[in-house]
Amino acid sequence: MSKSINKINSTAVPLNLENVDTDQIIPARFLKATSREGFGENLFRDWRYNSDGTPKKDFVLNNPAYKGKILVGGKNFGCGSSREHAAWAIKDAGFDVVVSSFFADIFKNNALNNFLLPVTVSDAFLTKIFAAIEKDAAAEIKVDLEAQTISVNGESEKFEINNYKKTCLLNGYDDIDYLLSIKGEIEAFEKAHS
Amino acid sequence: MPKTLFEKIWDKHVVKTIEGGPSVLYIDTQFIHEVTSPQAFKGIEKRGIEVFRPKQIVATADHNVPTLHQELPIKEELSRVQVEKLIENCKKHGVELYGLGHPYQGIVHVIGPELGVTQPGQTYVCGDSHTSTHGAFGSIAFGIGTSEVEMVMATQCLMQSKPKLMRINVEGTLGKGVVSKDIILYIIAHISASGATGYFVEFAGSAIRSLSMESRMTICNMSIEMGARGGMIAPDQTTFDYIKGRQFAPKGADWDKKLAQWKELYSDEGAKFDKEITINAADIEPMITYGTNPGMGISVAGHIPAESEIETKEQPAYRKSLDYMGLAAGSEIKGKKVDYVFIGSCTNSRIEDLRLVASFVKGKKKADNVEVWVVPGSKQVEKQAIEEGIDKVFEAAGFNLRQPGCSACLGMNEDKIPAGKYCISTSNRNFEGRQGPNARTLLASPLTAAVAAITGEVADIREFI
Ligand code: SF4
Repeated sequence: MSKSINKINSTAVPLNLENVDTDQIIPARFLKATSREGFGENLFRDWRYNSDGTPKKDFVLNNPAYKGKILVGGKNFGCGSSREHAAWAIKDAGFDVVVSSFFADIFKNNALNNFLLPVTVSDAFLTKIFAAIEKDAAAEIKVDLEAQTISVNGESEKFEINNYKKTCLLNGYDDIDYLLSIKGEIEAFEKAHS
Repeated sequence: MPKTLFEKIWDKHVVKTIEGGPSVLYIDTQFIHEVTSPQAFKGIEKRGIEVFRPKQIVATADHNVPTLHQELPIKEELSRVQVEKLIENCKKHGVELYGLGHPYQGIVHVIGPELGVTQPGQTYVCGDSHTSTHGAFGSIAFGIGTSEVEMVMATQCLMQSKPKLMRINVEGTLGKGVVSKDIILYIIAHISASGATGYFVEFAGSAIRSLSMESRMTICNMSIEMGARGGMIAPDQTTFDYIKGRQFAPKGADWDKKLAQWKELYSDEGAKFDKEITINAADIEPMITYGTNPGMGISVAGHIPAESEIETKEQPAYRKSLDYMGLAAGSEIKGKKVDYVFIGSCTNSRIEDLRLVASFVKGKKKADNVEVWVVPGSKQVEKQAIEEGIDKVFEAAGFNLRQPGCSACLGMNEDKIPAGKYCISTSNRNFEGRQGPNARTLLASPLTAAVAAITGEVADIREFI
């Protein structure tokens, strides 16, 4: 897994649907692995493949015109189950950024914990992104974590991310590294509260 | 300053807060299961550290266990490997496991409360979104991802930003045939599947107060289906009576001390919520979903919305959803033939649910066109159902009573609804493929499921009681 994120400039894959839930991102029957790798293969399994395993032509991931490191989804992306496998699958399939106007909470945390950057944009900007990709599949989207901006066709918008998470992503730290470093404080807390 | 119930618990569990960032939140108990824990154990080992507080973890096997012949080795290889891995990991790291064959085994959100592990004023997490169930006891409980499971194993803490707070008051008396599942399906239909994203929700009001613990759990369980981080209900005498005497409940002097603390757990008069909604209980009818997210619910006596009633932007997703379900916009839902009835899941598989179904079904027979699966939430629920003769009622009705597990709620084991078939389900998610590839799920209460089992179609329970 590539740690640390800063600038990502890439074409994008548009998935213009609202309420994309984690059961679609990775159906439960593919959750039986005991490692984190290899989930990309089954990303959007039932939308992407027929039951006999042949690709569904009309699904965007099977359209060679669309590729890149950025996945753009509709409102309420990642709702449903807490399965981190959804974030693993997206990351494993080669994406570093997911853009939506609204993310489900747990998905957002899971994404951040896996160095997959969730970028929340306004409804209006999301519409612009979809329109830009529709017009030209080669349209480049620029995401700058340091500056907290996302741009397409020369227009850009600021996005929110909390400072702590931003520092983690920019430097490739994770929460566990931090929490282990304050173990003494945690033990003191336990003593005071027992 | 007046505090909300949430704030009283949150404040007691914050180890420290990072400037401009999240807080370090102490977790009292973590529940784990076979599907979202193996990578976390692996992570711990890779870091070369130990599980920090193994005694504060409770494990069970539920998500992919078979619900028939649990005494035999699991046939499906990948499932077997996951369950074996859990046994091995728990043994190695000193974690208590209520695995297959154990009298306490069951769905993680059913066993926590029934064993008395779940108590007011505590913090609970599990690598499963329906951890919100435990909030029914007046605790902060929420689902987490596997990296966070690992985090809690490593340090018993999580990095969390304080969520916004919402209170939903349900006031008044519920109508005939309306149960707690209908309350929550009604709320989600009203505020949508994302209406509470970013919020932690407290449920309050006279209608909520009147509910049993099982019914309260059903409501908190599904709070996640409107996007909420979790749901909670202030503890009261109903809560204390439920906990008293359970295996892990405090005893003797400890009980008195705890009880005094628990009685302080309520939102103070004048405490501030970021959002507040009040619902009239009398407006709630028996509910059913017709689409592919839990917000797509209507009264069983109602119509599926016409496309013109849906916002233009949402119409493509709406069409896709109805197309998947094979249902027509604007049509009635009542009378729709169903193929399967699933009574189970951490939403509605407790003894109260089984009793409710049995009380309606007693002396009746299932319709020929349906197959009915009843999957108890735990070994203890199963045992009690047998002691009360509920198994006999089901058998006489032609229902199939299985062994405990998540089963057709998510179709990870062999309990899948075949493609294209309709299933009335007491579970919590009607997503595409949730109960099996191309399966069509209609979410409803145990009573509405029971009447569908007898009539073979979507029916209005109010016409039968
Ligand atoms: S019963 Fe369903 S919702 Fe509940 S824990 Fe199991 S899979 Fe999750």
